[in-house]
Amino acid sequence: MTAVSDMVQGAGVVRKRTRLQRLKDNRKLWRGIAAVVIALVFWEVGSRWDQWFGFTLPFIGLIPPPTDVAVAWMSVLPQPGYWESWYLSFKRVLAGFLVAQLVGIPLGLALAVNRYFREFFFPVFEILRPIPPLAWVPASLIFWPTNEMSIAFVTFLGAFFTIVINVLGGARTIDISLLRAAQSMGATQWDMFWKIVLPGTLPSIFTGAAVGMGITWEVVLAAEMISGGGTQGGGGLGFFIWNSYMGGSLPHIVVGMISIGIAGYVSSSAIRWLGDWAMPWRRLF
Amino acid sequence: MSTAEMSTTARTGAISIRNVTKIYDPEGVNVLAVDDCSLEIGAGEVCMIVGPSGCGKTTLLNAIAGFHSLTFGEIRLDGEVLCDERRPLASQGADRVVVFQNGALFPWKTLGDNVAYGPMVQGTLSKAEAREKARHMLAEAGLGDVAEKYPGEVSSGMARRAEIVRALINDPKVLLLDEPYRAMDALTKSIMHEALLEMYDRTKVTIFFITHDLEEAIFLGDRAVVMTTRPCRVKTIVNVDIPRPRDYHLLSSEEFRVLVEEAKDAVHEEALKAFEAGERELA
Repeated sequence: MTAVSDMVQGAGVVRKRTRLQRLKDNRKLWRGIAAVVIALVFWEVGSRWDQWFGFTLPFIGLIPPPTDVAVAWMSVLPQPGYWESWYLSFKRVLAGFLVAQLVGIPLGLALAVNRYFREFFFPVFEILRPIPPLAWVPASLIFWPTNEMSIAFVTFLGAFFTIVINVLGGARTIDISLLRAAQSMGATQWDMFWKIVLPGTLPSIFTGAAVGMGITWEVVLAAEMISGGGTQGGGGLGFFIWNSYMGGSLPHIVVGMISIGIAGYVSSSAIRWLGDWAMPWRRLF
Repeated sequence: MSTAEMSTTARTGAISIRNVTKIYDPEGVNVLAVDDCSLEIGAGEVCMIVGPSGCGKTTLLNAIAGFHSLTFGEIRLDGEVLCDERRPLASQGADRVVVFQNGALFPWKTLGDNVAYGPMVQGTLSKAEAREKARHMLAEAGLGDVAEKYPGEVSSGMARRAEIVRALINDPKVLLLDEPYRAMDALTKSIMHEALLEMYDRTKVTIFFITHDLEEAIFLGDRAVVMTTRPCRVKTIVNVDIPRPRDYHLLSSEEFRVLVEEAKDAVHEEALKAFEAGERELA
């Protein structure tokens, strides 16, 4: 029953619907579930019957069907090693990401509000920025005493540059009328920074965080594969995939890949939720 | 003279612009924006500044507000020098509050918090007192119901009215308006005009109002000061001796039409000059 017919029957009074009814009427949710189910069916059919009219289906014919993946997943779910991988990857992502936020947001704001600081530091920043995080891996393996620290450093770099450039751009594009309005009402530099520049930059801070989070996952996974297992700096979902590859277990590789997809989805949902919470005025759009 | 009468009744907010010249110097090419411009604005006067786009009206407003420096001359407020050749940039203060062309409410504050902002940062009222006063003033302006809404949730007309309330809560001597109703349709505009006049009748604050719209200038103003195209100087002053309070019926009256025509002739001449000088926009 739709919300509209509920209202008609209740003669203009919206009856309180139960949690179950609301779940039933949540079309967005059902469409999402339908999309996932359809994708799984395609995948299953494609990889089970890989010969079509005498041609081998490219790619999908080679990967294991979802049912095999599910079986492999069930086998790893009770293993503590699998959850250890989640924990290690998440820890690395969060550490690199948070440090990048803590350093990147103040630096971006400082670059935006102080001309001399910007003119002095921005050229150096712009030369370092295009260097891909993975290009830093060999150097950081040499410079940092442990593998773990190298991974953390490279992860940090991945998010750092994106965050700074977003914050800088956001703060620089704040409408000058807002600053002048505040000034003409007697705001001090301090007031303007906290009450105008900072909230005005929040949308860009969250854009930077969303993009930075994505890069962080990429970098962590790559770094985990490069650094390999071993006693220090090992483990993580990247190593889980690498290990499955070395062991020749295709379903386990896919399990690792989907785990990363879920982890990324959880991370970006968290950022979206935080953004909605921090910027109530943006919820209207 | 209407201005002379007014200075006896009104309190403060007389602006004296004396021989003001502004030369912009981008890349070493001197651009004369304002040339030896003088204008006396009485306390509590509604002074409408009319002229072609890019003629330097906003430069004058920016000099009064303290956003831009002047090159020569001086500007006084109630006899006190705001800026002159020795101190070309006026200090920015809540005695001269600006309402901007494109609206400058803080999107992250509710209308109530926007209005409360001035007294709060100046420290004249506590947070609770400022909020209370803001709610009261918004209610007076017919915006009591939307005080808790964000600027993005209300119409542009409501937002602009709230912005003027945000300026008035500071009890300024002068309200500086830079084409505040430019992008509005005629119907909304006439509602805005009546709301502004109603607020003016209550506060009698001096209003320095830049516009392109001649009907707006005559309907609202005690005087409409027509400026020349760049460099900016006073061309003609049209005195509007129409008693207040005014309402929209005035728009169809004969005396109103005559005054608009008078201003139009002066502005048209300048607009033509600006056009021939290759200006992009016209009045």
